[in-house]
Amino acid sequence: MLKTFRIGGIHPKENKLSAGKSIESIPIPSEVIVPLAQHIGAPCQPVVKRGDPVKVGTLLGKSVGFVSANIHSPVSGKVKKIDKAYDSSGYKRDCVFINVENDEWDESIDTTAALVRDCSLTSKEIIDKIFAAGIVGMGGATFPTHVKLTPPPGTKAEVLIINGVECEPYLTADHTLMMEKTEEILVGIEILMKAVNVNRAVIGIENNKRDAIDKFKQFAKSYPTIEVQSLKVQYPQGGEKQLIDAVLRRQVPSGALPISVGAVVQNVGTAFAVYEAVQKNKPLVERVVTVTGKQVANPCNVLSRIGVPLTDLIDYAGGLPETTGKVVSGGPMMGKAIARIDIPVTKGTSGVLIIPTLEARRKLMKDCIKCGKCVNICPMGLNPTTLMTLTEYEVWEKAEKEKITDCIECGSCSYTCPSDRPLLDYIRLGKGKVMGIMRARKN
Amino acid sequence: MENKLVVSPSPHVHSGDTIAKNMYGVLIALVPAFLVSLYVFGLNALILTVASVLFCVITEYVIQRYMLKRIPTIADGSAIITGILLAFNVPSNLPLWILAIGAIAAIGIGKMSFGGLGNNIFNPALLGRVFLLISFPTQMTSWPLPSTMAPVDGATAATVLENMKYNPEALSSVSDMFFGLESGSIGEMSAMALLLGLIYMLWKRIITWHIPVSILVTVGLFTASIYLFDPSPANNPLIHLLSGGLLLGAIFMATDYATSPLSKNGMLIYGVGIGVVTVCIRLWGAYPEGVSFAILLMNALTPLINMYVKPKRFGEVVKNV
Repeated sequence: MLKTFRIGGIHPKENKLSAGKSIESIPIPSEVIVPLAQHIGAPCQPVVKRGDPVKVGTLLGKSVGFVSANIHSPVSGKVKKIDKAYDSSGYKRDCVFINVENDEWDESIDTTAALVRDCSLTSKEIIDKIFAAGIVGMGGATFPTHVKLTPPPGTKAEVLIINGVECEPYLTADHTLMMEKTEEILVGIEILMKAVNVNRAVIGIENNKRDAIDKFKQFAKSYPTIEVQSLKVQYPQGGEKQLIDAVLRRQVPSGALPISVGAVVQNVGTAFAVYEAVQKNKPLVERVVTVTGKQVANPCNVLSRIGVPLTDLIDYAGGLPETTGKVVSGGPMMGKAIARIDIPVTKGTSGVLIIPTLEARRKLMKDCIKCGKCVNICPMGLNPTTLMTLTEYEVWEKAEKEKITDCIECGSCSYTCPSDRPLLDYIRLGKGKVMGIMRARKN
Repeated sequence: MENKLVVSPSPHVHSGDTIAKNMYGVLIALVPAFLVSLYVFGLNALILTVASVLFCVITEYVIQRYMLKRIPTIADGSAIITGILLAFNVPSNLPLWILAIGAIAAIGIGKMSFGGLGNNIFNPALLGRVFLLISFPTQMTSWPLPSTMAPVDGATAATVLENMKYNPEALSSVSDMFFGLESGSIGEMSAMALLLGLIYMLWKRIITWHIPVSILVTVGLFTASIYLFDPSPANNPLIHLLSGGLLLGAIFMATDYATSPLSKNGMLIYGVGIGVVTVCIRLWGAYPEGVSFAILLMNALTPLINMYVKPKRFGEVVKNV
């Protein structure tokens, strides 16, 4: 019996077109544009100026406050300017423009491929190193990792859960990383366990990645504190709360953090970045991105430096198809549709999904037929159709009582609705409104 | 980069499920029962069903296009289903003009006056049927024998339930009822055909098991417990389960989306309610058949059930190791 989360869930078509494609490094262009806001929290303060020479790993932007992250240069060359440029948000934001010259890495970084397992640092030293390296959640949320590893006073971590689920259709970046960097990930997990002072880690992997499950089970024999758990293929298995429910059979209460049930969850890509940061002194400057889509000539998993324009990645995969309707940064369920493809790769770019014209537009919505399908599949046990109606009629107190703020925005409801109702759109709207009301009430 | 890109909020894929897919799925599930009714009642069944569908679809079209001035939605299949279910609930010798009145009541009053698909409170086909039952009691309660059993054409006989209430010795065998050889409305003939339809709808995820199972289990247990005290054939749980519109009602009428609860627990309560009221009416009420009224009653309680019976929320019960 495969474990899975207990409430709701759907099973969209997997479309893992790029599965099995090994990671290919994409060539570095002549100019990169590095946004100073690539994470949840305050954007960085630039510490370089026009004309400064940089190497791979040179600090470009310093974090501001606790919930923030450093940003390092992904290339070597000279800083061209600090100016505003478009990023995936659709708005122009501050970025560091760099003219690329060669590919020189900072001397402190160990660029050899040899596995380094020993780590004699203390928990605090590890977290400091993670903070210095600018590590953020690589699953797409980009939450600064050092914050997650620093539990609030009064809470204690019991288990580290590693998210190797990759439940979004089309995306295979994590899968490929798990196959090619298995040992490095395991060492990264060991380091993370030390950081949060736990002696038990569980890697959750969905059952459609049998090769990764087998490989990890085999290698984990040398890492007795790390278990491998295969999970039922169901969306959103990779959602933090759902993953904890599946692996630990504990449900994080409404409004609480995972640490309240003793769990700390990290994406498998983050674990790898932690390995590189702590053992190789390598800050976060590159990541694996899946470029995919039904009409894409060569769906692939590319290793790209931060700051490379998405046009380069799309060209590498065969170019933008003639009948492209929509381009999504991320996966099809929770990714962000972008208005232009000349925006740069950032720490959170897990995938570039190209959707054909015929599938790009929504259909006209009809009346709710009360079929109840959205209610049955909501992984948080909410009532999407009621929440949409409450938002439409601006009945905020009832919406708050119906726990609209619990919604994790997974999109299962809109996906399922036979009347093509934009349930998630309204729920997001209502969520924002209700959270604003709750914040104002506190003050 | 000349392409204009569509920018809309997530999710960017859809399951492909549509209202029509669900409705036509129900239609397919009704085919076995329809074929049995053709076999048992012949041409009359065909004429009645086709006429009922036409009356319902035309009513919906006329109301939507000329009164509401909207694009008609007859293609989504829901009016067709109401037509079929209405026909399945009436005797096979019902005059067509009465059927037309029933269709107008079903669609006009039962569905459109509330706001159309999804907004109605009562099951439209049942509303039409009960409307006819109360307005035309004689014509609605003369049940022709199946042509295979009729000594002469047009001979009528009491249904199983009428016999149970008034004449228990004249009951047909259980196997006859299972396979479809009894007097009654054209849709309640073959239990096996109806169950096939249920399996199809469950497989295609059009409905879940909660409503049909809770209704049938309730009726079975309730009548079984009474049978223990008074083992008259009138209380036989097996006969109760197979007779009358119970299977048709439990599988196709009570499961109508708009008029049944949204949460799984709500559906179970709804089903139990229908089961209890059905048996009460059958055993102690004035009518031999109780399913229609039971479903309509529980339809009325559905908004209340929806208000108080919510789905289990994530994190409601904090589990600790």
